[in-house]
Amino acid sequence: MCLGIPGKIIEITSTENKLARVDVAGVKRQINIACIVDDDHPPESCVGDWVLVHVGFAMVRINEEEATRTLELLRKMGEMQDEIKAMQKSEEDNS
Amino acid sequence: MKYVDEFRDPEQARKWLEKISALAKLAQAGKDRPLHIMEVCGGHTHTIFRYGIKQMLPQEIELVHGPGCPVCVLPMGRVDDCVALAEHPEVILTTFGDAMRVPGSQKSLHQAKAEGADVRMVYSPTDALSIARKHPDKEVVFFALGFETTMPSTALTVLQAEEEGIGNFSLFCNHITIIPTIKAILDSPDLQLDGFLGPGHVSMIIGQHPYSFIAKQYKKPLVISGFEPLDILQSIWMILSQLKEHRHEIENQYGRIVQSEGNHNALSAIEKVFEVREFFEWRGLGSIEHSGVRVREGYARYDAERKFSIPNLKIADPKSCQCGEVLRGTLKPKDCKVFGTTCKPETPLGALMVSTEGACAAYYSYGQIDSNQIIS
Ligand code: SF4
Repeated sequence: MCLGIPGKIIEITSTENKLARVDVAGVKRQINIACIVDDDHPPESCVGDWVLVHVGFAMVRINEEEATRTLELLRKMGEMQDEIKAMQKSEEDNS
Repeated sequence: MKYVDEFRDPEQARKWLEKISALAKLAQAGKDRPLHIMEVCGGHTHTIFRYGIKQMLPQEIELVHGPGCPVCVLPMGRVDDCVALAEHPEVILTTFGDAMRVPGSQKSLHQAKAEGADVRMVYSPTDALSIARKHPDKEVVFFALGFETTMPSTALTVLQAEEEGIGNFSLFCNHITIIPTIKAILDSPDLQLDGFLGPGHVSMIIGQHPYSFIAKQYKKPLVISGFEPLDILQSIWMILSQLKEHRHEIENQYGRIVQSEGNHNALSAIEKVFEVREFFEWRGLGSIEHSGVRVREGYARYDAERKFSIPNLKIADPKSCQCGEVLRGTLKPKDCKVFGTTCKPETPLGALMVSTEGACAAYYSYGQIDSNQIIS
């Protein structure tokens, strides 16, 4: 449950509510980015950023190399599937 | 061999293992028992078992599994309370998958659902809020649990609900905090620990400073560690170095994720919505001062404990369960009387068998690895 999955911010959907569409291992869903924005990093500047996604929230910015490595490891460990499935299902249910 | 080869970089893993072996005896010098290093985080427990790290380590080092799996430390009474909430006809109870199968004294949420209660698994607390938007005639309760890693997400969801004026959403709050928990472990008389692997993702939120007392007052090293097997090996080596040099400091192996000051936005959301509880009851560990949070008065309309009357009974674990001893690190999972017989991942008797982060489930799935297979 404490696992984070790397994802890439592809679009800001609400600057005001700090929401973005994030591609997490191929699943695109709305993610809250309130924890990673501030005056130096306003939401508009986040497109293209890699972040660690935890239960629908981006918790920290990471670099691409770290993101790729973590994704590969999670895939290898076979431990991402359940979370990705849950993510996909919730996106279908709620959109 | 097989398991080292599964590492991202087996060569690196071997190197760290050699460095660990070279240090282990020196670090343990003067002790008539192995060094006890506790991993506080359930994610670490999982990696340790998954990769057979336990068996790779020299005999001078023993890993003790801490209480860092939030699902596993939930007392039975709280599960019963949650089931009672779910059985209210106007309630839709939402929760993460893991929590569905934790046994209560009568039933789990999963069983309550089978009997007709409206229990829905969600991926995120924001999904629970979406359900509330769709069903204004129902009360949507989110079963909030987890350490500081998940706390910001529930706090921000409450703030979002307030912003939108959604009134039919509330939390059944079971969030717990890491620092009082570690303190309780350090104060327990039957446990001798020499150092800690600190949780990576909790530290990403709270930063490095809250741990200082462990070094200053208790004179133990703590190394904040990532969850990859190589991270864990490196962190163990860092702890050994400290022990050998008689240092006790808070170090950060996971600098690529953890900033020493933590995440400001996340902390302020937590601070806004939650306040510390006097006491919170833990499975196996009893009542720990200041170890849980509840929803602040100002957000009372988002607090299921204020909106509903909750039975709030203390229920003792079944006699045959030894989860408490395993959680305190004084008993190995396989030595529990019901391990692998009446208590299995498919039919868990205790909570440590439910989540893959629980010591018993991890031990059951990966613990039987023969150590000869591992070290070539
Ligand atoms: S085997 Fe089951 S009952 Fe025994 S300690 Fe583990 S989870 Fe608890």
